[in-house]
Amino acid sequence: MTTTSMPGPMPAFLNENPKDRVRLLGVRLPLLERVLLWIMVVALCAAPLFADGYTVYEFGKVLMYALAVLGLNLLTGFNGQFSLGHSAFFAVGAYSTAIMMEMLGMPYWTTIVPAAAICFLSGFLFGLPALRLEGLFLALATFALAIATPQLLKFEGFDIGDGEHILSIAAITGGVQGKGLDTPYPPEWLNSIWLAATGDDLSVDRWKYMFTLIVVAIMFWGAWNLVHSRTGRALIAIRDNPLSAKTMGINTAIFKSAAFGVSAMYTGVAGSLFAIMDEYLAPESFTFAEAIKFLVGGVVGGIASLFGALFGGWFVLEIPNLADLMASSLADFINNPQGLTGLIYGLFLIFTVYVMPMGAAGLVQILVRKVADKG
Amino acid sequence: MKLAFGTMVAMAALALAVGGAEARNAPGVTDKEIKIGNSNPYSGPAAAYSSIGKSIGACFDKFNAEGGINGRKINFVSVDDGYSPPRTVEQIRKLVERENVAFVFQTLGTPPNSAIHEYMNRKKVPQLFVATGATKWGQPDKFPWTMGWQPNYQSEGVVFARYLMANFPNAKVAILYQNDDYGKDYVHGIEIGLGDKLKDMVVARESYEVTDPTIESQVVNLKNSGADAFYNVTTPKFAAQAISKMAELGWKPVHYLNSVSNSIGSVISKAGFEKSQDIVTSFYLKDPNDPEWQNDDDYKAWSAWMDEYYPDGDKTDAFTVYGWSVCHTLITTLEKAGNDLSRENIMKQAADLKDYKAPMLLPGITINTSPTDFYPIEEWQLARFKDKGWERFGPIIAGAVGSGS
Amino acid sequence: MDLFIEQTVSGIASGAIYACLALAVVMIYQAIDHFNFAQGEMAMFSTYIAWWMIDPTAGLGLPFIVAFFACIAVSFIGGAAIERIVFAPIANAPVLSHIIVFIALFSIFNSLAGFLFDFTPKQFMTPFTHDPLIEGIVSYHRAGMVLVTLVMLALIYVFFRYTPVGLAMRAAAAAPDSARLVGINVGMMLSLGWGLAAAVGAVAGMLIAPITFLTPDMMLGTLLYGFAGAVVGGLTSPFGAVVGGFLVGIVENLMGTFVVGSQLKLTVALVLIIVVLLVKPAGLFGRVVVKRV
Repeated sequence: MTTTSMPGPMPAFLNENPKDRVRLLGVRLPLLERVLLWIMVVALCAAPLFADGYTVYEFGKVLMYALAVLGLNLLTGFNGQFSLGHSAFFAVGAYSTAIMMEMLGMPYWTTIVPAAAICFLSGFLFGLPALRLEGLFLALATFALAIATPQLLKFEGFDIGDGEHILSIAAITGGVQGKGLDTPYPPEWLNSIWLAATGDDLSVDRWKYMFTLIVVAIMFWGAWNLVHSRTGRALIAIRDNPLSAKTMGINTAIFKSAAFGVSAMYTGVAGSLFAIMDEYLAPESFTFAEAIKFLVGGVVGGIASLFGALFGGWFVLEIPNLADLMASSLADFINNPQGLTGLIYGLFLIFTVYVMPMGAAGLVQILVRKVADKG
Repeated sequence: MKLAFGTMVAMAALALAVGGAEARNAPGVTDKEIKIGNSNPYSGPAAAYSSIGKSIGACFDKFNAEGGINGRKINFVSVDDGYSPPRTVEQIRKLVERENVAFVFQTLGTPPNSAIHEYMNRKKVPQLFVATGATKWGQPDKFPWTMGWQPNYQSEGVVFARYLMANFPNAKVAILYQNDDYGKDYVHGIEIGLGDKLKDMVVARESYEVTDPTIESQVVNLKNSGADAFYNVTTPKFAAQAISKMAELGWKPVHYLNSVSNSIGSVISKAGFEKSQDIVTSFYLKDPNDPEWQNDDDYKAWSAWMDEYYPDGDKTDAFTVYGWSVCHTLITTLEKAGNDLSRENIMKQAADLKDYKAPMLLPGITINTSPTDFYPIEEWQLARFKDKGWERFGPIIAGAVGSGS
Repeated sequence: MDLFIEQTVSGIASGAIYACLALAVVMIYQAIDHFNFAQGEMAMFSTYIAWWMIDPTAGLGLPFIVAFFACIAVSFIGGAAIERIVFAPIANAPVLSHIIVFIALFSIFNSLAGFLFDFTPKQFMTPFTHDPLIEGIVSYHRAGMVLVTLVMLALIYVFFRYTPVGLAMRAAAAAPDSARLVGINVGMMLSLGWGLAAAVGAVAGMLIAPITFLTPDMMLGTLLYGFAGAVVGGLTSPFGAVVGGFLVGIVENLMGTFVVGSQLKLTVALVLIIVVLLVKPAGLFGRVVVKRV
């Protein structure tokens, strides 16, 4: 019986020399065009700020999901490990932030770093035994983790008689009632600048978007550097050929656990942002369906791509809307098409695996290369 | 004649509009329509409830076909949230901010509604007659834009506790509940109702998850606790499992089955009539499978509507009765609001229902609200399963939880 | 002590459920060397097909025994078709692609079942009746369930051990290249494996549904326990999977009653899976697989 953890072929642009970092999507651009490109990126990021409240909120959520998907991409795309249970780390991040805000009275923005640390640690610890499980078996263990997560969040502790309980998780997570959080209002000084500049108040939605954007940008920058560093190359080497990685002196065990930790940290920070954004957490928000969502985002966006995660984030947010749209247009013909979100997810997954195994990012890369070759 | 009246209304509305009064109406309200938002779990773990959303839609179809409310058709925008709170936030914000609905109605489930509770009240958009029985929907001082509809879960627990203390003061009670807000609220209700006697009377508690394949192990434990009364807080599938398992074990306590699962069609008939004898439950709506109502005008109206507007619907499904009844409550509220369809007035009219007999409510139970009472239905009647149907007994009783607070 | 015995008996009863599904899990693992995360949903969907064939108002109104075998046949064809249509084109793709397609199938079947058959719990009939066989301990249905599972196990054993096709299937899964060299049609064997696994899953679904009632989400938790059973018993051994299923049922009940309480039953399955995979990856009855790098 052969081993089952054979990772996929590596996209060419990951093999690049780190000196080529300025390449975007694998194409080297002249300086002027590069500057223009970055101006465009900044403008694109800022654009939602001038839209209506819901649009701002929606874009914030896209960024948040993109970060969660990025966590999975780092693990699966760059290290070849597999997780169906990232909803658990999403929950750890979200509840860490909520608990620090509510029980320790910390301001929301100070919770991100400690929450990231907690998530890294929990990912690392889960990764330690799990790294002995390869491919399918890791998928199975994380599948079990995802299904058990909502139950764990509600756990009321062991009864030690007289109505006393120990080790209660519900005591800090709020259990079945969920947890409502304070609204993160924008800082006064920023508000006055915004007011002076635009003549409009800086709404909570805009501020949440700004905050999310800053955190997500930093995290993406970190991921970019990680992937193109020595460590990143080690991770990729482990993915592509564990045995030769070992002979090259890479401590695969530590690297794999650390990769799991970093991945959990990314998805966990997304969870923190989610808590700040929605101001309400309940165990129902962290089910297996959420883990599937991240997976779908990663695969459709391009599992071995950083920027594919952005597309993936957008995709998972918008697909249910597509189902709703179908519902309203097909209401006369079929019954209850709203429930078909899962079907659309599934078809897209299969389609992606068949037609564009590198996801949207891979597709864009091919297109850009074609255009560049012609020019 | 109808047309002429419609024209008159339209002209009157136009006159009002010219007079600058149009600004009073909520967004989503025009001369022709009222746009109402709703989220329902059409997919996911709670999708069994989706027949509520569907039957409400079918009920509005009927009203629209008959000319609407004061000439305005209802545009009911019902979207899927999969019972996932973050998804509810996305969907409801879209409905309120993009679709410009006048208000949201019958959003389903405690976690989804909790997720939008603050938002709706900050935005001052009515979150009307939510489809959950938690007590927190009746706090007009803190959340003046949110109102429940069905009697709250806790009050049912109180009703059973009183029944026990009156008839079986020395009972030993075993509790089985779903491990979520709904189950916990029911447990809390019986705790309130039993008061000081709680510690003496409750001898065992077991919970289950919606993802559990079976609840058999829990039932075995409850039986072994030596309990002679059983408080069964389970959803239909698990209720049927529990009844079957109890018969298998030969355990015959005083069995109280929560109203969530007292449908003959979806629970009792599936578990088996002979196994269900003497189960006690409470009702506030008529059970469509109860032979007692087959010649009742109220029932016939419901049945005729089901045939015409919701033929795919399951007539044994009590949720369709629920949808029909709550839909009428909203229609009545909107009719009372007349042509002043501002959000404030809609909320004010919802809080001013007096002895309203919504269709399919049990005889004697009425809907009452006031600016300090946001619990529309607060009464129950106990029933016992005999032969092939429920026999109601005793007076109409109020659980009266939360209404004072 | 009384409670201990009762919980053990009840554990055997729910263990029968897990054993059925674990057997299906091992079947597919034997045939294609993968876990099928959509196994539970496929079994659920098959059961809906059987329900539809039996139900006189919504469906065909066939007698149970006809529907039972028709459903097995349909599931067999459906399973083989899935392999041909969905998996054959990506046969050489990395394991990641396969897991993604499993999740896709999970999502599709779950969504489709709710869409086609709605979400209200359906009663699924049993040919054995729910009357007690031994008062207070075991009903006819449960006894029948165990019996059918054992018969299925025996058939599988004989099939893999003594029939040329069964041997060819084992060869195709264990060493596809060598199998090809001796003239085995590996693609065909894979389809056959999928078909058999789907058929075993269908039987499992039809045995489970009379107890749990039929809903689109009936299998999510069950599959987790089924996996646990397969892992405990050993993924390479159908016999082990059945024993493992029963063991998981008993352990789950005893842990739930005497150790952790009913609030952590799913977590017990999680811990069980991880611990067994770490400590004894081959399970109780499995062969130790030497990994080639």
